[in-house]
Amino acid sequence: MKNMLTTISNALCRITGRNVLLIDLSEYVNVTSLATPTLAQTLRQPPKPPPVGPRAPAAAQLVSAQTDRLDGPGTSVVVSRSFADFTSQATFDIKKCDVHRLEEAPPLKAELTRDQGLQYYRVMQTVRRMELKADQLYKQKIIRGFCHLYDGQEACAVGIEAAINPSDHLITAYRAHGYTYTRGIAVKEILAELTGRKGGVAKGKGGSMHMYAPHFYGGNGIVGAQVPLGAGIALACQYQGNNQVCVSLYGDGAANQGQLFEAFNMAALWKLPCVFVCENNKYGMGTSVERASASTDYYKRGDYIPGIRVDGMDVLCVREATRFAADHCRSGKGPIIMELQTYRYHGHSMSDPGVSYRTRDEIQEVRSKSDPITMLKERMLSNNMASVEEFKEIDVAIRKEVEEAAQFATSDPEPPLEELCNHLFSNDLPLEVRGTNPWVQLKSVS
Amino acid sequence: MAYTGFHMYSRSLRQSPPPPPQPPLTPTKMNMFQSVTSALDNTLASDPTAVIFGEDVAFGGVFRCTVGLRDKYGKDRVFNTPLCEQGIVGFGIGAAVAGATAIAEIQFADYIYPAFDQIVNEAAKYRYRSGNLFDCGSLTIRAPWGCVGHGSLYHSQSPEAFFAHCPGIKVVIPRSPVQAKGLLLACIADQNPCIFFEPKILYRAAVEQVPVEPYTLPLSQAEVLQEGSDVTVVAWGTQIHVMREVADMAQEKLGVSCELIDLQTILPWDVETICKSVVKTGRLLISHEAPITGGFAAEISSSVQEQCFLNLEAPISRVCGYDTPFPHIFEPFYIPDKWKCFDAIKKMINY
Repeated sequence: MKNMLTTISNALCRITGRNVLLIDLSEYVNVTSLATPTLAQTLRQPPKPPPVGPRAPAAAQLVSAQTDRLDGPGTSVVVSRSFADFTSQATFDIKKCDVHRLEEAPPLKAELTRDQGLQYYRVMQTVRRMELKADQLYKQKIIRGFCHLYDGQEACAVGIEAAINPSDHLITAYRAHGYTYTRGIAVKEILAELTGRKGGVAKGKGGSMHMYAPHFYGGNGIVGAQVPLGAGIALACQYQGNNQVCVSLYGDGAANQGQLFEAFNMAALWKLPCVFVCENNKYGMGTSVERASASTDYYKRGDYIPGIRVDGMDVLCVREATRFAADHCRSGKGPIIMELQTYRYHGHSMSDPGVSYRTRDEIQEVRSKSDPITMLKERMLSNNMASVEEFKEIDVAIRKEVEEAAQFATSDPEPPLEELCNHLFSNDLPLEVRGTNPWVQLKSVS
Repeated sequence: MAYTGFHMYSRSLRQSPPPPPQPPLTPTKMNMFQSVTSALDNTLASDPTAVIFGEDVAFGGVFRCTVGLRDKYGKDRVFNTPLCEQGIVGFGIGAAVAGATAIAEIQFADYIYPAFDQIVNEAAKYRYRSGNLFDCGSLTIRAPWGCVGHGSLYHSQSPEAFFAHCPGIKVVIPRSPVQAKGLLLACIADQNPCIFFEPKILYRAAVEQVPVEPYTLPLSQAEVLQEGSDVTVVAWGTQIHVMREVADMAQEKLGVSCELIDLQTILPWDVETICKSVVKTGRLLISHEAPITGGFAAEISSSVQEQCFLNLEAPISRVCGYDTPFPHIFEPFYIPDKWKCFDAIKKMINY
């Protein structure tokens, strides 16, 4: 199809003496894809595609109609294939979800449009690259303290975000960089927070585990402590009647904390719109789930609360299940538990090599068979939803973005010392905070 | 009046007859975590009811304090618990009441708060409320404590002041490997529930010649590390090493001779040694990493001024952390470092 269009357009160019055609050739050719854009410009194909800017959409860029400049030797022409080449929507089979105390289950098929697919790919790849960059910076000792990386689990963050609205609420534990990004914070602010600079999300005062965003409540260091908080946020949603839900995430290690069961009881009793999500990455720090939990069916641990077990490495499966769960909550049926079966490639934190309690073969196997980004990419390529070059362009753009963010994070100044005591309390006049000596008083503003 | 104080603490130690003359001890070079492992090894060897449990203790612990013990003594004596601090301490209290020597590990002192209710409401009050019928004296809780350079909010806290407010438990903080082993063995032997905070920054950094054989050091006895005549300096844990440097600086630059005292046991603390020293010098400086308001220095300061008011030449000085959460990026400014302490001594001398 593409060859035919190119041939025709080349021929017409030669006939008309113009280098660019301004008419839509697709009318003359039978195309099988459903959506045709308003105007497609078929351009002369240069031998190598030049790099695309970071904010460029993945699809073809429309070149201006000034054709004279295209004749020059140094002209850069963006590679494009007409929209008509790609399948714009496809339906995929997704894994069946086990359910607990539910009559229905999430659907077995998921629809994915081209734009959505590219968007998910872009976000997942950004999270992956950002985490790897954080790993690099940590090893260079530019990031210090504790750093818990999220690579391998990207499908969870992206799938959940795809199914909820920005006005919904989300709270998670310390493996929070991915969620900070999906909830709207730029990569450079995340990296600057990791390095403790004033351009960071929390002004450099929080570090890795304490990042926040609108409707994203962090970022919590104490294991399991965020779940009762999430139930409370759900209560606020119910009280205000705004049809929002709260997604409260925790891990397989936290699933044994007493406060979780207290939160489950309250949520079920008062039918709070809370989606409890257990990100089961098979290891609570160094302890495998079999050695920590009497029951590893985390989706059933809510007992009287319905549960779903989801393949957390498939972004579409996570999206459909989250949509199902959010609908369940919004319809007033009360809380629901989702267990996302996922995997982390890195160790628990940067001080954990990650191989003393599991084999490298296991990590390698998951990477090769179930990597979320690769799975999505292969799905899209095999259904002709995008081209390899497009993915490469996205990768290049993301690499550049993350590199610039790391540059910013390394060069931004640290917060000034006056910030040390700010925001302790909410106070109108500056509060005086006692320092290390009785005669040292510091100002705290809020 | 005195009746209310009965049955809070048991005054007897497990080994009631006086110990036989000790054979010569074999000192070995050990750092703090190795000295802790050695102490636990001695306990498991001599006491068949001793059990060690906590998060990740089986493979050796995140700070290597229990390396090799599971292989040596079996998985029924050294075992992991799930991630539940309240459960760990509650379980430990139960095990101790039933007669086992329970040694619970809380992975970081910052995580001890879910267990606060169990410690304060159950462990501390067991003997008192049962009129000495029951007690959980064979419970010892160990936790890494204090700032470590990169710990930030939740891996650097010093919560001794919260527990100092609770009669019925003992709180102990060593400053070095030799102290760590001796005090830990004393805590395990002691017939009262004890919390043993181990300064995590010293786990690797502090190395000493520590005897392989078991030995105990007395609890509730402060140790005078350096005699002096001008200023009494009191600290515990990591801060002792900072104050040692401050004492040297004061001697060199100000000609001030400091008497350095390691408090060791926070609760019940050795009032006598501190007061005797203040009577001699007339000035007192107390320093700790925890925030200043309500920190343990306040208790010491208050008690000393009650007892030694007329002997004081200058107001008692406290150099402590700021009243903020333990910061991430601001840590070097937050901690009471040697310059702040030196400054405090200077001001006291010139009062």
